[in-house]
Amino acid sequence: MPDTILEINGLDSFYGDFQALYGVSMRIEKGEVIAVIGANGAGKTTLMRSVTGLLQNKPEMIHYGGKPIGNLRADQIAAVGIAMVPEGRQLFPSLSVEENLVIGGQIKRTGPWSLSSVYELFPVLKERRNQASTSLSGGQQQMVAIGRALMANPDLLLFDEISLGLAPIIIKTIYDALPGIIGSGMSAVVVEQDIVKAVAVSDRVYCLQEGRVSLEGRSGDVSRDAISKAYFGIG
Amino acid sequence: MDWVNAIVQGILLGGLYALFAAGLSLIFGVMRLVNIAHGDLIVLAAFLGLTVTTTLGINPLFAIVIVAPLMGLIGYGLQRVVLNRTLGDDILPPLLVTFGLSVIIQNGLLEIYSADPQKMSAGAIETASLNLPGGLNIGVLPLLMFITAVAVIGSLQWIFYRSAWGRAFRATSDNQDIAQLMGLNKSHVFGLAMALALVVVAIAGIFLGVRTSFDPSAGPGRLIFGFEAVIIGGLGNLWGTLIGGIILGICQNIGAQINPGWQLLAGHLAFLVILAVRPRGLFPRIDG
Repeated sequence: MPDTILEINGLDSFYGDFQALYGVSMRIEKGEVIAVIGANGAGKTTLMRSVTGLLQNKPEMIHYGGKPIGNLRADQIAAVGIAMVPEGRQLFPSLSVEENLVIGGQIKRTGPWSLSSVYELFPVLKERRNQASTSLSGGQQQMVAIGRALMANPDLLLFDEISLGLAPIIIKTIYDALPGIIGSGMSAVVVEQDIVKAVAVSDRVYCLQEGRVSLEGRSGDVSRDAISKAYFGIG
Repeated sequence: MDWVNAIVQGILLGGLYALFAAGLSLIFGVMRLVNIAHGDLIVLAAFLGLTVTTTLGINPLFAIVIVAPLMGLIGYGLQRVVLNRTLGDDILPPLLVTFGLSVIIQNGLLEIYSADPQKMSAGAIETASLNLPGGLNIGVLPLLMFITAVAVIGSLQWIFYRSAWGRAFRATSDNQDIAQLMGLNKSHVFGLAMALALVVVAIAGIFLGVRTSFDPSAGPGRLIFGFEAVIIGGLGNLWGTLIGGIILGICQNIGAQINPGWQLLAGHLAFLVILAVRPRGLFPRIDG
């Protein structure tokens, strides 16, 4: 299947002795936006850590562009074109705003994103380019985290809980910017606890419940009842 | 006049102590590794300098050109093969492993070079001095050491805060997982940091071997001076480390001026006083 960018096959993931994911399978087509929803502890973050290589698995459990990548290190996975906006932003506090962006472009993949195009997307970052990243507001820090991931010119971009801990108005600004970002041909996975936001921004949705996929469907087709049943396991 | 002289000589000696300390500070800053073998690596560099000097018949100060890259390679290999495996949430394994490394280096050197004290001769520059007004004499060699120390600290500062390497060092130090997501392989980044630290160690080792005699057991003493300079200056602040080295040098020389037996004691006392009054050192790095 040449059009599938990421394929996850029966992924079992462990944190030490604790199994966090049980036979999770997912598929992301080129240019598609997938939402992954689920309650706290459903395994969303473990899934992201597995895809980015922060947790290593059996090679055949994750395929990217047809190649097995389940056992690669995170820096090797970054080099093949997967980037992540991590949960809680996690900027480098010792680096200025601009240095945070530049280090995102460290792997030198070619593409539309550069310092100037990121500054065009988020002009406020240009004004604050030389400030410490910790001196920015939460929303501005989220812009840096998004810009830092874009600088790698990834083919697949993962957003892990980007609305967590931000004011509603900031969340709206960031979600309004998303179509412009993803519209440049990128595929994306949006991990969210906010079901409405996640469904609105995505083509298809997966719901995780206690480490298993409990629902899969086109975002326009799945009913609220089906989602709440898959989300909470009741209903 | 003797007192002014003691202070001036102490300042110059402080440059050498800063060279002992800079690599230690860099390694701790980047990977939170306390390298107990640091002093022994300095002595190893001095012995390598001795071998290069006697084999090629060149001035030890020129031997730096060979010893520095050699120590850099040793550092990269050591980090990749041994030390990276000890790093993790627990700080005990790196302490134990570098302590073992210290024992291995000392005994290895003893086996190869014997316990005889050695010294490298840099020729006429060792006795050359500048006569300053007021009867002060400044040795050319101590002055050269001090200028080198300032240049080394300045270069490290530049690398750390202005270069792509330094950006990678700081990012990896901040958050290893996220740095890895940016395509930085932390094993390689740590290897580069250790290589850089051991290049500085090479410079320190050559100067040590030219200034004074050394033997395979001289390492731990240099480690103490390095530690003291780092702590006095404040962790994570390279210029602070230079000032820490200078304070240590001045105190030792003032102690020696009072009574030759008090040289080391005076340095240690100054360190303890500063540790008691300012536990974070004089110039701790201010974050954010």
